[in-house]
Amino acid sequence: MNKVITVTVNGVQQVLEVEPRTLLVHMIREILNLTGTHIGCDTSSCGACTILLDGKSVKSCTILAVQANGKSITTIEGISTEGELNPIQEGFKENHGLHCGFCTPGMIMRITELLKDNPDPTEEEIRWGISGNLCRCTGYNNIVKAVLYASAKMRGVPTASTEPEFV
Amino acid sequence: MIPQSFQYESPGTMADAIALLEKHGDEAKILSGGHSLIPMMKLRFATPEYLIDINGIPGLSYIREEKGTVKIGALSREAEIEHSDLLKKHFPIFADVTKLIADPQVRNRGTIGGNLAHGDAANDHPAVMMALQATVIATGSGGSRSIPIDEFFFGFYTTALKQNEILTEIQIPVPPAGTGSAYHKLERKVGDYATAGVAVQLTVDGKGVCKAIGIGLTNVNPIPLRAVRSEQALLGKVINSENIALAAQFASEDCNPSADLRGSEEYKRAMVAVLVKRMVLKAAERAMGK
Amino acid sequence: MIQCKTSKEISGMGHSMKRKEDVRFLHGKGHYIDDLKLPGMLYMDIARSPYAYAKIKNIDISEAMKVPGVVAVVTGKDLEKYNLHWMPTLMSDTQMVLPTDTVMYQAQEVAAVIATSRYAARDGREAVKVEYEVMKPVIDPFKAMHADAPVLRTDKPGKKDNHIWHWEVGDKAKTEKVFKDAEVVVKQDMYIPRIHVSSIETCGCVADYDKVNNHLTMYMTTQAPHAIRTVIALVAGHVGLSEEKIRVVSPDIGGGFGGKVPVYPGYVIAIAVSFLTGKPVKWIEDRSENLQADSFARDYHITAELAGTRAGKIQATRFKVLADHGYTDASANPSKFHTGLFSIATGSYDYDTAYMEADAVYTNKPPGGVAYRCSFRVTEAVHAIERITDRFAFEIGMDPARLRMKNFIKKEDFPWKSPTGWIYDSGDYHAGLKKAMEAIGYDALRKEQIEKRKKGELMGIGISTFTEIVGAGPSKDFDILGIKMFDSAEIRVHPTGKAIARFGTKSQGQGHETTYAQIIAEELGIPAANIQIEEGDTDTAPYGLGTYASRSTPTAGAAAAVAARKLRDKARKIAAYLLEVSEDDLVWETGKFYVKGAPEKSKTIQEIVFAAYTNHPQGMQAGFEATHYYDPPNLTFPSGAYICVVDIDKETGAIHVRRFVAIDDCGHIINPMIVQGQVHGGLTQGIAPAMYEELIYDEDGNILNGTLMDYLVPTAVESPKWETGHVVTPSPHHPIGAKGVGESPTVGSPPAIVNAIVDALSPYGIKHMDIPVTPFKVWKALKEKGVV
Ligand SMILES: Cc1cc2nc3c(=O)[nH]c(=O)nc-3n(C[C@H](O)[C@H](O)[C@H](O)COP(=O)(O)OP(=O)(O)OC[C@H]3O[C@@H](n4cnc5c(N)ncnc54)[C@H](O)[C@@H]3O)c2cc1C
Ligand code: FES
Ligand code: FES
Repeated sequence: MNKVITVTVNGVQQVLEVEPRTLLVHMIREILNLTGTHIGCDTSSCGACTILLDGKSVKSCTILAVQANGKSITTIEGISTEGELNPIQEGFKENHGLHCGFCTPGMIMRITELLKDNPDPTEEEIRWGISGNLCRCTGYNNIVKAVLYASAKMRGVPTASTEPEFV
Repeated sequence: MIPQSFQYESPGTMADAIALLEKHGDEAKILSGGHSLIPMMKLRFATPEYLIDINGIPGLSYIREEKGTVKIGALSREAEIEHSDLLKKHFPIFADVTKLIADPQVRNRGTIGGNLAHGDAANDHPAVMMALQATVIATGSGGSRSIPIDEFFFGFYTTALKQNEILTEIQIPVPPAGTGSAYHKLERKVGDYATAGVAVQLTVDGKGVCKAIGIGLTNVNPIPLRAVRSEQALLGKVINSENIALAAQFASEDCNPSADLRGSEEYKRAMVAVLVKRMVLKAAERAMGK
Repeated sequence: MIQCKTSKEISGMGHSMKRKEDVRFLHGKGHYIDDLKLPGMLYMDIARSPYAYAKIKNIDISEAMKVPGVVAVVTGKDLEKYNLHWMPTLMSDTQMVLPTDTVMYQAQEVAAVIATSRYAARDGREAVKVEYEVMKPVIDPFKAMHADAPVLRTDKPGKKDNHIWHWEVGDKAKTEKVFKDAEVVVKQDMYIPRIHVSSIETCGCVADYDKVNNHLTMYMTTQAPHAIRTVIALVAGHVGLSEEKIRVVSPDIGGGFGGKVPVYPGYVIAIAVSFLTGKPVKWIEDRSENLQADSFARDYHITAELAGTRAGKIQATRFKVLADHGYTDASANPSKFHTGLFSIATGSYDYDTAYMEADAVYTNKPPGGVAYRCSFRVTEAVHAIERITDRFAFEIGMDPARLRMKNFIKKEDFPWKSPTGWIYDSGDYHAGLKKAMEAIGYDALRKEQIEKRKKGELMGIGISTFTEIVGAGPSKDFDILGIKMFDSAEIRVHPTGKAIARFGTKSQGQGHETTYAQIIAEELGIPAANIQIEEGDTDTAPYGLGTYASRSTPTAGAAAAVAARKLRDKARKIAAYLLEVSEDDLVWETGKFYVKGAPEKSKTIQEIVFAAYTNHPQGMQAGFEATHYYDPPNLTFPSGAYICVVDIDKETGAIHVRRFVAIDDCGHIINPMIVQGQVHGGLTQGIAPAMYEELIYDEDGNILNGTLMDYLVPTAVESPKWETGHVVTPSPHHPIGAKGVGESPTVGSPPAIVNAIVDALSPYGIKHMDIPVTPFKVWKALKEKGVV
């Protein structure tokens, strides 16, 4: 039996009819056509599908759409207006925090919560904080740098140089 | 990976939830954080016909202290446990263990009730609860009953919970001064299930004598294991390297790990010994305020 | 500091220009394959074999057809009617698309379910019932080579064993003699295990056949769209699809690393179904399918030997390989190179005698192998030489850094001919290792190690000084199914001086949209920001062989530079005409021509381009466009000096990579930020096989770790903080002196890590560890030596 649910998606309330087994990530991608949220695994391991559910970062491949009833969802499409980059997005661009870009939306959504909980994280805290998100391209160095950049920017302190450092 | 079709129920009260469980019997499963159940459903290892989502039932998520007991609501998420000041005050072990459970996103969803009810010896909370000598509260149509943690785990994915019971609360006695606790597991990479894990809580007096102790083991036995002989090796004795070594040896002998991709049986036994040693020392240091 | 000839505004070579492609990805507006939705699209899911080797007795599709939404179930018998049930591999072997009678590996495709939704297709897949007669599989490649092993490829007429090919290179007799006379001989068996690229995006496609126009558009995750179009035309020509009616589009790709080079059965089935139904068909594999069925990498069993003097001079090497290719040789190698470029295994050292041989064998495992961020088997080669070199150092008690310094090919000896016939283009190996040693504080670390050892603590320092071989390749030797391995660029500059350039390659994250623009900016002085780069659409891009094996910069990057230079020649003519001087009187300075001795008389590139459309000399073709197909005269030979420091927990075997310094020489650097990013990523894909990843099969051919729960892709916690740097020796034969870098770190880092681990364990007589070196393996080795 299908269920009718009410979800606020990126600030807009939506009423949708879904099969109970519909995974939240499929609702987001296929019904709402918000394809910035990706799928990279089938075992809740990669974090490519990370979104915010009532402000908490979650893996949308491991939540049922019906469980989002009455809740609010934020996806990568909802964190800044087009043509502008928020400090985290900017941090990624300035510090080369992405290569293929496939893990990036999930990373950014995770980091959004990370920096809300811990506005001035250490490098170690960042690494543990994104340990639910796999990136196969970047080797993580520059993602860490992107988070430090965003953290500084959001706290209003000067950001470190974004030039690559070489030994 | 897509689950098989099922009916979804989202009761608003305990009574409704229990009624639904009774109505649907074995075809029904409770959904808490969903981070063990939904992955299994996606792989179609689990194919329930009814899912009873208890997330909409108010009053199942709390962490509070009452008369010498810390009570944790079953729906408390790992992330809440990780950041609870009350738990930090009494049980440093929770900060140790939650950091090592999966990853931040999973911890935002996974619940402590689900972690125990899942009945998986690979999960980390069972060993911790054994070390802390927790009691599990199960609620059914006839009301609630208390199940000591030692009587909770039965076999592979089975617990003392009856089909129509919901795990609603975990109770942990607040330990006396001079108590310390610690958890560590070896994992192949962060977020992995344990190669071997050891939870210890102990109380020491001013002379370094162990007055109380609980030791639980993760993923080295078909069901979560309390290392009873290891506890006895230390209880009432001075915590010195000799006694610790004996406790470590007993734990490695009494567990029953199976060889898998994480290592051989021999390796796991050896790791249990190493971890018992290290966690006893760490718990003792914490007990003595170091 | 890297010197730049252009201003930041122009952002030619050497500038760390921020990437032009990033914005769309940062907003979640990339266009990956699964984002594509076409009207009337059907979804395909694939039922797979649970067994490694079995006869198919019956496939019952009746239940599957009853699932609401399922429109068809396709089996091998259905495809056989169109002779589409098999396909050629890139190595001219054959591969089933769907089996008609036998499955040859676990997770092999058995039947495809087509439905109106993803969910219905999955339900249908579950409902396909297949009856199997299970047979005893051959899993161990050594057993597969036995004379009495059951013959697996009974589909090949006359095949009497499981042997695929034998390959050898070098002077066998001479090598034997040197070994016989040598003061020191070391020998080591090593296994480079089967691994998987596991890009975070899996593979998939949307096949869209338009019956009315007899036209196929194939959207797919491919690193080589043009080659794919040709292959489709060759394979499906008999059903009426000819090459002008095929368009292959490779959208944004979520990581490739070689895994998106092959043609997988799923693609072919999707095309066949779209052809038959006239509807678009989407197939997106899930992660388990990706890990369990798509091409693996490596799987080389190597015996490495080295002969040398007591004083530490390397005299000869000998390598013997057994390559497990699984059910068919579906390697993604240049066609004439069975072992890829394994013959680079003589390494960075100056000696003249080597012999290598390899045999390949069929087993009941998935077919492959692809590169995993490597240029055709170079990782295996580098592992072999860098491990055996360390074994040699250990054997004679010489510091491994000193030994390497003693044996390196000297800077002034380039170009240098290797014992297996390669002409190394350039390098300064001494400078690289010196820099790495200084950066990491090598001497202090060795002192610290002595102190630690006294206390019984395990600390190790490992070195890898490797030479890569990339940029395939010169067309006299290199082709794929006969198509020569050139690559191409086409540049069109619009009247207002802005440009679009198209390429035969395909970025999967390497940043081509930025770096190609920078190359053109360097040559023409048009700001890189004003140069749009396009790849991946065979209808618009010039023909090219694609992106893998670090070949894009060496080939397409060169093509861009040469095409831009053609335009500069034209610009000179137009400038001469506009300034009314002779061409010889003009001097080029980034972005403009001026008159010799009268710099105030000049024309900017923008003015010149405008004139090309509005006021070009009579007799000259209007417009400002150029195309170049670049056929490299030689490969390029990037190199690196990597040093790793590890600390090992003796009781648990846990390994902590304390530091890792990587000094790379990739020739001239186009964008330092991107190069560094590539090195970081490659290093994490080096630590991965060194310490975490391996596809493991049991003796029945069941994969034991076919999901990301157990196939251990490193997270940010496992991945150390990489420290990188470079030395630059430009490639003398490359138009911009660049060599390619994307793969060096993956190739070069595993031996540095293993050498460090073995160094830490060496006081206990441990001389070798096979990768992935896990805590369990370390503990076991220590246990065997009685240490724990
Ligand atoms: C990638 C990943 C990694 C993980 N790593 C770890 C790890 O390292 N360590 C670890 O301990 N866990 C790990 N887990 C499991 C995770 O902690 C789960 O959240 C937990 O095991 C189950 O809790 P849940 O609330 O999600 O339960 P659910 O998935 O909702 O339920 C699990 C089972 O318990 C039953 N159940 C749930 N709640 C109740 C209740 N209140 N009363 C009665 N029955 C109930 C359900 O019916 C189901 O059978 C991991 C999970 C994932 C996805
Ligand atoms: S898709 Fe991988 S965790 Fe959700
Ligand atoms: S940028 Fe490709 S997976 Fe992270």
